[in-house]
Amino acid sequence: MAIEATPIAPARLVAEVTRLAAEGWRLVTFSSVEIDAENMEVLYHFDKDLVLKNLRVQVKKGGTLPSVSGVIFAAFLIENEIRDQFGVTFEGLVLDYQGKLLNDCVQTPATSPFCRYQVTRKEEVR
Amino acid sequence: MARSVIPFGPQHPVLPEPIHLSIVVEDEKVVEALPTLGYVHRGLEMLATKRDYNQMIQIVERVCGICSMLHSMCYCQGIEEMMGVEVPRRARMLRVVWSELHRLHSHLLWLGLFADSFGFEALFMQLWKIREKVMDLNEATTGNRVIVSVNVVGGVRADLDESQVRWIRDTLADVEAAIKSLRSTIMNDSTVCRRTRGVGVLSRQAAYDLGAAGPTLRGSGVAQDMRQLKYAGFDEIAFEPVVETDGDCWARSTVRFRECLQSIDLVRQGLDRLDGGELAAKVKGKPEGEVITRVEQPRGECLYYLKGNGDKFLDRVRIRTPTFANIPPLAAMLPGLDFANVPVVVLSIDPCISCTER
Repeated sequence: MAIEATPIAPARLVAEVTRLAAEGWRLVTFSSVEIDAENMEVLYHFDKDLVLKNLRVQVKKGGTLPSVSGVIFAAFLIENEIRDQFGVTFEGLVLDYQGKLLNDCVQTPATSPFCRYQVTRKEEVR
Repeated sequence: MARSVIPFGPQHPVLPEPIHLSIVVEDEKVVEALPTLGYVHRGLEMLATKRDYNQMIQIVERVCGICSMLHSMCYCQGIEEMMGVEVPRRARMLRVVWSELHRLHSHLLWLGLFADSFGFEALFMQLWKIREKVMDLNEATTGNRVIVSVNVVGGVRADLDESQVRWIRDTLADVEAAIKSLRSTIMNDSTVCRRTRGVGVLSRQAAYDLGAAGPTLRGSGVAQDMRQLKYAGFDEIAFEPVVETDGDCWARSTVRFRECLQSIDLVRQGLDRLDGGELAAKVKGKPEGEVITRVEQPRGECLYYLKGNGDKFLDRVRIRTPTFANIPPLAAMLPGLDFANVPVVVLSIDPCISCTER
């Protein structure tokens, strides 16, 4: 069983999302999924009258995708989260947290107004 | 005029959980708001590769305590769809009953906190007193007040006997009367209206374009509710989304208030349809393939994307929670407000940071 998802090349992504937004499709979220050691895919989920439409875009781990936040502002939070969790960067993000949405204090421990603290990333020990 | 940046959170009296907003103000007017997450991020999605698909039920229940029942139901529905399991009718109706009890206690909790956010302590205490009766129902029927753990793949693990059904009906009659007695206070009281009417307005178009969910979306006039997808036992239950059109804090609180009464009706409809069938179907095999399921949590649409490879561990569990979706609309509501109204507007989306930091 697989969900219905239209494969889209990264170069066509923004145009396709622009078309969907113009047709009244509402962005629900993206899902990022690892395919193998080198590749992953990002699924873009849209809703209109309770029907889901999905786009499937493949990308290398650590690769780059065009941001759709210029078309749908709400995408900025999802794209920043995917960058934090999976290392995919999004070109043209309208609000770019530079990989620090979830770890905002890694390099500048000053966001919390009354305390300073440091977060350290640790590699998982298997 | 010079701009100042005022930190709102991560610790703030109206925030039960930590989220940070950098509020840019000119004099007392908000110009811009920038959210920061990650103070309590837990990485629960990634546990899917370390816990088998049955153990993941307990994990997803802990994404959020207040809507734990709906997280596990959404997850189980996805696994059931992947494995071709048909859930017995009694189990589907019991899922309706417990999920609507969850919505009821969640909305009562929020209405109380909302009253507290603008200093209406008496209303806050009244609402939480009513909520306790619903918590008693949860505890007596499942063993727990909040994380009820009733869902299993294939159905539910707990049942209701005749005496419990009667007791639930009697208690809900009391709860309904108590909620109705507060209607004029919540909807018409001058103190409430002055703090909520015309404050934090989100237009219908903006709510839709910014991906708002749940009462935040319906308070702006969009009649969308995932219960219209007729999951669990909703295929047999009469249901219409509650909608308000003003798009302000008052509209969002009114949607939740009306949904409290609607949930009581839905619980009754679920109880009416309890038959003598099985509680759970037998489950064979391992989940394989990918599936998307959606349910309506108290805060709005929740989406699960699940991917299995025929092993007992899933490849991916992706959870999109309603509060995550409501943060961009919140950032759009704040500019132009007086700074004193920020706590009320922030609370009006019913922020659940536990969900957001899954």
